[in-house]
Amino acid sequence: MKMKKVLGLALTAALALSLAACGGGGDKTPSAGSNPPAGGNTSAGTSTPPAGGGELITVGVINNDPNESGYRTANDAAMRATFTEENGYKATFYNNNDAAQQIATAQQMVQDEVDFLLLSPASTTGWDTVLKDAKAAGTQVILFDRMLEADESMYAAAVVSDMPAEGKTAVDWLASQGLSEYNIIHIQGHMGSDAQLGRTGALDEKVAAEASWNYVAQQTADWDEATARTIVQSVIDSGKSFNVIYAENNGMARGAVAALDANGITHGKDGDVIVMGFDSDKWAFEAVLEGSWNYMGLCNPLQADTVDTIIKDLMAGKAPAQKIIYTPEQGFDCATLTQADVDKYGT
Amino acid sequence: MSTPVKNPETQVKRPDESLFKRLTRQQLFIPVAALVLLVLFNLIADPSFFTVSIKENSLGNPVLSGNIISVLDNASELVILAIGMTLVTASSGGQDISVGATMAIAGSVILRMVCGGQVTADTMQMNLLLAVFIGIVVTMCFGAFNGALVAYFNIQPMVATLIMYTAGRSIAAWINNNQLPIINDIGFKYAGTFLPGIPVPTPIFITILMIVIFWLVLKFTNLGLYTQSVGINPNSSRLNGINPQMVKLLTYVILGACVAIAGFIRVSRSGSINYSRIAENIEMDAILAVALGGNALSGGKFNIYGSILGAYVIQFLTTTLYKYEVPSTALPAYKAVVVILLVVLSAPVVREKLANMKKAPAKASKEVA
Repeated sequence: MKMKKVLGLALTAALALSLAACGGGGDKTPSAGSNPPAGGNTSAGTSTPPAGGGELITVGVINNDPNESGYRTANDAAMRATFTEENGYKATFYNNNDAAQQIATAQQMVQDEVDFLLLSPASTTGWDTVLKDAKAAGTQVILFDRMLEADESMYAAAVVSDMPAEGKTAVDWLASQGLSEYNIIHIQGHMGSDAQLGRTGALDEKVAAEASWNYVAQQTADWDEATARTIVQSVIDSGKSFNVIYAENNGMARGAVAALDANGITHGKDGDVIVMGFDSDKWAFEAVLEGSWNYMGLCNPLQADTVDTIIKDLMAGKAPAQKIIYTPEQGFDCATLTQADVDKYGT
Repeated sequence: MSTPVKNPETQVKRPDESLFKRLTRQQLFIPVAALVLLVLFNLIADPSFFTVSIKENSLGNPVLSGNIISVLDNASELVILAIGMTLVTASSGGQDISVGATMAIAGSVILRMVCGGQVTADTMQMNLLLAVFIGIVVTMCFGAFNGALVAYFNIQPMVATLIMYTAGRSIAAWINNNQLPIINDIGFKYAGTFLPGIPVPTPIFITILMIVIFWLVLKFTNLGLYTQSVGINPNSSRLNGINPQMVKLLTYVILGACVAIAGFIRVSRSGSINYSRIAENIEMDAILAVALGGNALSGGKFNIYGSILGAYVIQFLTTTLYKYEVPSTALPAYKAVVVILLVVLSAPVVREKLANMKKAPAKASKEVA
C-alpha cells in the first residue's frame, strides 16, 4: 500500500512537471500557475524601473485563448512577435478565455510592477479593482482588441476593433444588394461578447426598421462551425426559404455553407443565398475571391504595432493623440476583392 | 434479458398493473418513453417534422434530407462516445470528462497527417485509413493514461480525467503548431458527409458499424461480464480470477478508440478544426446519454443500448428545440428542464414510487367495480 502511495505521489509530481514544461517550452497556452511567478522573477531581475534608454520595458500581456479562432491565433502571434527582447521588451504572456482567471493574473502582474499591462478582456466588466490597483502602482494599462466598461481615465489608451462599425458596414453592404426581400439566417457568436453585440446590434436595428427584412432564424452557434451547420440544416429541414446567411465569424459561415452544399442550395456570386462572414482568415478571403461567399467583414487582428508605437510614445512622455484608436476595418465583397487584398489582409 | 420471476397468480389477476410495473422496471423504459414523447410531440405540433425528401447536393449526388436524417446524422459522434462511456462508467464507477478534449487531439492528429504539416492542403498527403489508424492509436494511449491513473492509482475518474480535460485542447493545438489546418480534398470529407452515389450520410453507417462491432464483442467475449463484475465488486472479481485493474484500463483504452472515431467524423464534416470549440461540452452529453439509458453512474450493471438510445434522445431534443426556434439564449435552459425531468424520472427511487402510485389507484378501481 505504501509503495502505491509513493508511486502515486511520484507520478503526480512528474505530471505537474511535464505540464509546467509544456507551458514554458512549447508555444501552447501557459498554465495559470506557471506564469505569474515568472512575471515576479522578471521584475525582480530588472529592479530599477526602466526610465532610461538601455533598460527593457516590462509588459504583461493578457489575451484570450489563441485556439479560439483563426482571428485570435493571428492576434496572439502578432503580440508575441512584437513584444520581444530585440524590440526592447521583457514580456509575460497569459492566455485564457475565462475573465476571472484573467483578472487574477492581471492583479498578480500589477503586484509584480510591470510597466505596462496590455489587456484583451474576455468580458467587459469586473476589472475595476485591477484598474485602480494598476493606477496606484503606476502601471499603465493599454487595452487592445476588446473594450471594457470603465472610465477613460482608468487606462492610457485603447486600440480596439470597432465592432458596431463592422456590423454597420456589413448591414449597409447587404442593403446595397437591393434584394426585394431579405430572409436572413442569423448565426450569432458567443452571447455577450463584444464582437457578437456589435455585429448583432446593427442587423437587429435594420430588421426592426424595415418591413422587407426578416429573420428566418436567429441562433447562437458559440463560434462553432459544427453547430452553425446544424442550425442551417434544421432551417432547411423545416422547409423555410431564406436568401441571406449572416454568420458572425468565418468558421460559422463555413459550417453554414457546408449545410447549403449538402442540400444543393447555390450560394455566393450568382447563387440563391448570400453568404456573409467576419474576421480575417486567409481561407475565407479565398472563398470570397472564388465567389463561393459574397462578403467578409474584415476585423483586423494586427494591433501589436500600434500598441508598440503608443508605448514608445508614452515612454518618451508623449500621450497618444486619441485615447481610443479604432483599427481600420472594412468589408470585402466578391465583386471587388482582389488577390492583392487577400495577400495584404489574410492571416 | 430475463424478466424477473413473478407469481403467476398475481399476473393473471392484475394484468394491466403488472404490465405497467414490468415496463417501468425495464431499464430501457425511460429512454424509449422519452423518445416516444418527443416523437408524439412533434407529430402533434407539426407532422412535417418527419418528412424526408431526396435532394441533389452541390456535387450532383442525390442525398436524403430531413429532420430525422439530421438527428441520426448529428447524433453519430455522441452515440459512439456513449458506447465507450458506458463501459468506463460500468467498470470504474466514474466518468471520463476528457472525451471532448481528446476528440480535439484525435482530430488534430488526423488533420496533421493528411495535411502533411501544411496549413492548407488540396490533396491528402497520407493514406486516410493510415491517418485514422494513427489517430486511434494516439487517443488509445491517452485513454491508457487516464485508465492507468484510475485503475492503478485509484484516483477518482473525474479527477484523473480532469488532467486531459484541461490540457487536451492545448495539446491538440500544439500538435499542429497552433495553426488551424484545412484540407480541401473531397475524399477526406466522405466520412463526414456523403459517399458519392449514396444518399445516406456516411456517419450513420459508421455508427451502425460501431454498434455492430460492440454487439459482437459483448456477445462473443467476456468483456461485458468482466466489466460488470469489476464495477459491482472489484475485490470479489479478483478473488474469482479477474484482474480488475486490467479490465478498468481496458475500458478506458476502448473509450479512447471510440473518441478517435468520433473525432474523425467531426473533423471530416468540415475538413478543418477549431481546437477550443470542437466538441465543446460533448462530455456532458455523453455522460447524460449514459444516465438517460438507465445506467447507474456508480458502475456495475450496464446496458449499452440504453446509452445509445439516450444519445439519440439528446440529439432529437436538440433538433426539436432548433426547429421550434427556441431563442438561442434560452436554449440551454430548455434543455436543462427536460434533462432534469428525464434524469429524475429515471432515478430508481422515483421509479419505485411511480410503480407503487400506479398500484394503489388500480386496486381501488377494481374494488369499486
